[in-house]
Amino acid sequence: MGKPETLPSRARPSARDTLPKAPTGISGLDEITLGGLPRGRPTLVCGAAGCGKTLFAMEFLLRGAEQFGEHGAFIAFEETEQDLSQNVRSLGFDLEKMVAQGKISVDHIHVERSEIEETGEFDLEGLFLRLGLAIDSVGAKRVVLDTLESLFGGFSNQAILRAELRRLFRWLKDRGVTAIITGERGEGQLTRQGLEEYVSDCVILLDHRVREQVSTRRLRIVKYRGSTHGTNEYPFLIDEDGIHVLPLTSLQLNHQVSTERISSGIPRLDHMLGGDGYYRGSSILISGTAGTGKTSISAHFADATCRRGERCMYLAFEESPAQLLRNMRSISVDLAPWVKKGLLRLESSRPTLHGIEMHLASIHKMVNDFKPHVVIIDPISNFSTAGTMAEAEAMLLRLIDFLKSRQITAMFVNLTAGGNAWEKTDVGVSSLIDTWILLRDIELAGERNRGIYVLKSRGMKHSNQIREFVITAEGIRLEDVYVGPEGVLTGSMRAAQEDRERAAMQAQQHEATRKQRELARRRAALEAQIASLRAEFEAVEDESRIAAELQKAREAQLDQSRTAAAARRGADTPAASKGKRK
Amino acid sequence: MSTRRNGAAAEEKWELRLYTAGQTPKSLAAIKNLKKVCEEHLAGRYEIEIIDLLKNPRLAKDDQIVAIPTLVRKLPDPVRKIIGDLSDTERALVGLQLKQVS
Repeated sequence: MGKPETLPSRARPSARDTLPKAPTGISGLDEITLGGLPRGRPTLVCGAAGCGKTLFAMEFLLRGAEQFGEHGAFIAFEETEQDLSQNVRSLGFDLEKMVAQGKISVDHIHVERSEIEETGEFDLEGLFLRLGLAIDSVGAKRVVLDTLESLFGGFSNQAILRAELRRLFRWLKDRGVTAIITGERGEGQLTRQGLEEYVSDCVILLDHRVREQVSTRRLRIVKYRGSTHGTNEYPFLIDEDGIHVLPLTSLQLNHQVSTERISSGIPRLDHMLGGDGYYRGSSILISGTAGTGKTSISAHFADATCRRGERCMYLAFEESPAQLLRNMRSISVDLAPWVKKGLLRLESSRPTLHGIEMHLASIHKMVNDFKPHVVIIDPISNFSTAGTMAEAEAMLLRLIDFLKSRQITAMFVNLTAGGNAWEKTDVGVSSLIDTWILLRDIELAGERNRGIYVLKSRGMKHSNQIREFVITAEGIRLEDVYVGPEGVLTGSMRAAQEDRERAAMQAQQHEATRKQRELARRRAALEAQIASLRAEFEAVEDESRIAAELQKAREAQLDQSRTAAAARRGADTPAASKGKRK
Repeated sequence: MSTRRNGAAAEEKWELRLYTAGQTPKSLAAIKNLKKVCEEHLAGRYEIEIIDLLKNPRLAKDDQIVAIPTLVRKLPDPVRKIIGDLSDTERALVGLQLKQVS
């Protein structure tokens, strides 16, 4: 698969591109050919056996009659009418009915070499007559000759045959019918008999290859004279609706962008994404190793989408729908009602079931049918098992682009192999991803816990924090993690840390009350001391007062007795008065 | 010329049908050559039907006619087809199984 190419937009048809075209109605082909096959000219469709040539031609004819009102004539050289109508019935076309309605004519031309002897000059006028009859009987505008090269097996005179073929192509052009001629792929040339030298207007090559046991079908427009066209190999698939070609449209990075935000279904994750969740129409990558909870995050997103009344398409490549529903119910994400309401579509298939293009094509188809608002693919890493790494990458590129161009929010889940660098996605799509959420398991102290962080998220102020991501019976919860010298602490270590902190806090509280109590006690003691001192002081004071009173009393008694003695001796009073003055 | 007559075939009736498309030189040559071969080898027990596909194009489908002119040996069985203007008499005889490949 080649590099992305830029296709001229169909919305702006080039003014120079005036070649009239007949739309095929084959999904995707008209985009690549910018309108269809050259009208009124033959187109060669070649490829190896089993590549879908007959079907391609038949679908061109049937869709022409059904959708564009152009009747068709099918000239089958290999299959009978019965075989053909059986083959196309599996694709939802009723060939017999269309033949009965006169919209399609089928003529089986059988050329058996063993029955034929050539004896001189001849021409293929019989073929022309039958062709003319087939065209006229239904008024055909489209003709298929499948496989013209069978004629080469029927006739030995190659010179006549080649001359007649040249005449046939001229005749077809003169009749003005849009024709498809199929041819078997040959060695070193497009067709075994070199039919490409007669058909010079448009050559389409179909290819069916098997690599690593996975088959893919490719289509390439080898040449389209007078018109621009996509030149890459385009993958195509054949399913119950016919052929689907996958055009690589709008790889021009000119998608519409939305500023609308949609919730991830996990409030705290929304908070990490700047408060409002993802942008609508953005592409989100959830990556992580096995068992980190990627599917749980996607299921939450699916749930949130349906809760908003929007449609969500969930492509599970690892679990069956029933298993997914059961597992998600265990974390209280009940998706079953949404499935019942038709808002959620769960699709499960093994990635190795088809080639990688088939997956892309079927996703295209499902998206076109279901018209979801959100597409979740879980996981994308499995695609690399369906093809090579480069193919898987190119496919995702196309897918992301396709979804973006339709404003569909896409969530991709990626399983990263253990031991890889966290930031390394094995499918290098990171540059296309707008929001990248990384889940990692943190193994510490004999425990495995989950951490989540937003690696990048374009256009929003997102958190740089690692959160611990706990899956509980009630759903996903995000917790803070402890960042210590030994790294982040999660799980029971986080719980232990919490316990420790709680214990320390309690101890501190105890200590504080104890201290307070001691202080109170000391104060009480001091107060008691103060009281006893005061009592002592009062006692001393009492004592001194009593002593003073005693002294006074004694002095007064002495004085009295002295006066009495003086009186007895008859001494002068001045001495008494003198002593009194002192 | 060594022609080998099949004992049983000698009594058989030959039914031949020649498809042409208009009066082209090739068609006329084929008619002339066919009559000559029949007269020489199957005198009296052959029937030739000439069908002009320009007039009846639908008949081309029945005998799976692609090349013109085509001679179809309807009887005796099996059906044989010989294309061309029968100018190569040797090959025409081989084709009609009137002569074995030498």
